[in-house]
Amino acid sequence: MEHEAPIHTFMGLQFNLSNVLMITVSSLIVFLIAVLATRALSMRPGGMQNFLEWVVDFVKGIINSTMDWHTGGRFLTLGLTLLMYIFVSNMLGLPFAVAFDHELWWKSPTADPTITLTLAVMVVVLSHYYGVRLKGAKAYGAEFFKPFKLFFPLKLIEEFANTLTLGLRLYGNIYAGEILLGLLVGLAHKGIFAGILGIFPLIVWQGFSVFVGAIQAFIFTMLTMVYLAHKVADDH
Amino acid sequence: MQSLMLGAATGGVNGGDILFQLLAFIILMLLLRKYAWGPLMGIMKERQNFITNEIEAAEASRKEAEEHLATQIQELKQAREEARAIIENAKKQGEAQGEAIIQASREEAERVKESALADIASEREKAVATLRKEVASLSVMIASKVIAKELDERSQEKLIQDYLQEAGEAR
Repeated sequence: MEHEAPIHTFMGLQFNLSNVLMITVSSLIVFLIAVLATRALSMRPGGMQNFLEWVVDFVKGIINSTMDWHTGGRFLTLGLTLLMYIFVSNMLGLPFAVAFDHELWWKSPTADPTITLTLAVMVVVLSHYYGVRLKGAKAYGAEFFKPFKLFFPLKLIEEFANTLTLGLRLYGNIYAGEILLGLLVGLAHKGIFAGILGIFPLIVWQGFSVFVGAIQAFIFTMLTMVYLAHKVADDH
Repeated sequence: MQSLMLGAATGGVNGGDILFQLLAFIILMLLLRKYAWGPLMGIMKERQNFITNEIEAAEASRKEAEEHLATQIQELKQAREEARAIIENAKKQGEAQGEAIIQASREEAERVKESALADIASEREKAVATLRKEVASLSVMIASKVIAKELDERSQEKLIQDYLQEAGEAR
């Protein structure tokens, strides 16, 4: 558990190479799944195409539940990529963790607050961008003073709170899951009896982590659409 | 312990990670839009259009079939009515013909009867005429016989009676 992060400084920026590796791996896996599933597209879908179409319909359902399709349609690509990227990222840390020279290399990229907060900030910034673009700067600015002017500080705090909770919720869930997995695996160091006894909760917790990972990916996508809808919808 | 609290991010902000994650995500999104989501949504849209067209086509053919059915029913009804009219006509014609035949035969019978009656009458006429002629010649004959034979009154009477008898039986 005393793993260090492989941090290297390059051009004045700190790079956690483990994150860089895992982000690349996640992106590659998502890209391969999506591209391989859409190589042989047909009117009668089968196998992977069917699965991906189900994902598309799922994200469409999320978007439709928060805003009308006329404004929400443009966020479909964003929602799909977010959902699949976060889900794959959450799953990556489950089967094993690879530590090399006391540096932790293989883990979920989403078990790092830097990564999740980056995604959260990106989503919130996008929501502000689309708020200005779709409603105009004036209507966008007026939203901060509704229902009356006294709400301005609250609204300002809300934006930061949204960003923090969105990022930290994902990070906390995944990181906690990996910590517990690590602790259960660590039982094996305490002796063979404890190790064998630890297998059962390990299996249970891994199953639960798959569930949590899927749920968190869904929640992140859902909240992304909620925040976007909050900014771009007229009926508020 | 610090690594436990903050995960892998030990001290400071990993600006490189942030940048890398952002770039990776944006690149991933753009690539997927071009290579995966675009084609996938294209085919979904295409299928949707296809299904819409199919439904419309089915609707149209159903309507057409319904129209056909309606005309068929109409025609069937018409044909049935025509058949009924034809049968009715035939029946009426048959009755009329039968009536005519009966009428004609009745007339024929009347005519035959009439002519038979006429024949009988003329035959009788003829017979009477013949009889009359016969009687006349008989009378002449009797007269000549009477003249030829001188008979007394009684035998003359008897003779006449005999002849008359004879003539009546001969007839």
